[in-house]
Amino acid sequence: MKGMSIIVKKIAQLISGFIFLYGIYIIIHGHLTPGGGFAGGAIIAGAYILNILAFGSDAVNLRNKEKGSSLSESLAIFIVLMLAIFALFIGSRVFLSNYLPKGQLGEIISAGVIPLYNIFIGIEVAAAIITIFLALIIFKEETKR
Amino acid sequence: MIVYILCFILFLVGLYGIITRRNLIKIVISLSIMEFSVFLFLVLIGYIDSGVAPIVDPGNPTEKYVDPLPQAMVLTAIVIGLATTAMLLAIAIRLYRKYKTFDIREINNLRG
Amino acid sequence: MELTLSILIGFMIVGALFAIHAGDLLSAVITTGIVGYSLVIAFLLLKAPDLAIVQIVIETITLIIMVAVVLDSTREELKVKNDFKSYANILLSLIFSAVLLFFFLESISGLNLFGEHTLRMSEAYITEATEKTGSINLVTGVLFDFRGYDTLGEATILFAAALGVLTVLRIKSKK
Repeated sequence: MKGMSIIVKKIAQLISGFIFLYGIYIIIHGHLTPGGGFAGGAIIAGAYILNILAFGSDAVNLRNKEKGSSLSESLAIFIVLMLAIFALFIGSRVFLSNYLPKGQLGEIISAGVIPLYNIFIGIEVAAAIITIFLALIIFKEETKR
Repeated sequence: MIVYILCFILFLVGLYGIITRRNLIKIVISLSIMEFSVFLFLVLIGYIDSGVAPIVDPGNPTEKYVDPLPQAMVLTAIVIGLATTAMLLAIAIRLYRKYKTFDIREINNLRG
Repeated sequence: MELTLSILIGFMIVGALFAIHAGDLLSAVITTGIVGYSLVIAFLLLKAPDLAIVQIVIETITLIIMVAVVLDSTREELKVKNDFKSYANILLSLIFSAVLLFFFLESISGLNLFGEHTLRMSEAYITEATEKTGSINLVTGVLFDFRGYDTLGEATILFAAALGVLTVLRIKSKK
């Protein structure tokens, strides 16, 4: 897949970093403001897709990226599951319970285990969307006549 | 009540598309329209007049929030909707490469 | 409020009908955006900012994927002549619609009027969420604490869907 014109490349270079930062902000403020893991993950995936569409890439390069994204997706959902199972050994011994201290209401580091879930669900959503997109693009590249 | 009925009509439009269209892409579009109408219906049920968005202000908590439960359920459903749509599109493009058409009736005849 | 939403949903119905009947696949895909982005406005009017953020991003990504698929294959709508079977299908869908609409009207008579929802299940969520979870965004509190199983299942479905896409697109086609 070849990239787009110089204007698109320059604009994508300028704004994709800001979109990425906005996604991270949405994720880590998930328990304070609207948003959370799902919204932030989708925004991060959007920034990544913008980069790929603007700059283009060849099939070998895309395959390497896809390996990374599917690996991080699997790891993220594994960590979410481990966080949930870990609750069986601490405190009230209930699956998925909130076992960390709650902290001060309205602070960034508060709400116990919820920010951790938010971060890993965010990684999972972002990696899943990127994997789906890369799989479609690779299929398009490899079957080109 | 009229809002609920209009929302259900949107669902029926999607159903009409699924039954009558023969193009695979049109069927995927109709399916996502049905999805949208279901999301809208669930959120409509939870709405309360003069309620505020379900985010507590620690200083002065108000009493009336809209129902957070349907919103939390729909939030996950939207992301699943993208994944299922992508899955359907992947199957559609795979079928197109094999049979060179999106027509489901023709694919049914060519099978085997 | 109800009038505004009715006009918006009427607009969505017109967009959906056009998307289904469009003579060109690319314009059908773009017209689906009318329904999706109107849904974002509806979520904002219904006081659901979380959903609006998610929906606007997801709708954009869906459109990108759909346009990529359409441009990769063909954008021409099938040229079909209406035979007996297609008229039978239209009749069938009308019958289905009438039956479903009848049962829908029967079942919503038990619901409260629009805007007068009574909190039964979420009463406890709203009053106790801040002490029990420590999260001031109630939607996140419900999502990751009270209804954690749902979220875990959702993450699993997303994982399975990504695996499914990889599997479908990876098979070497037999010549």
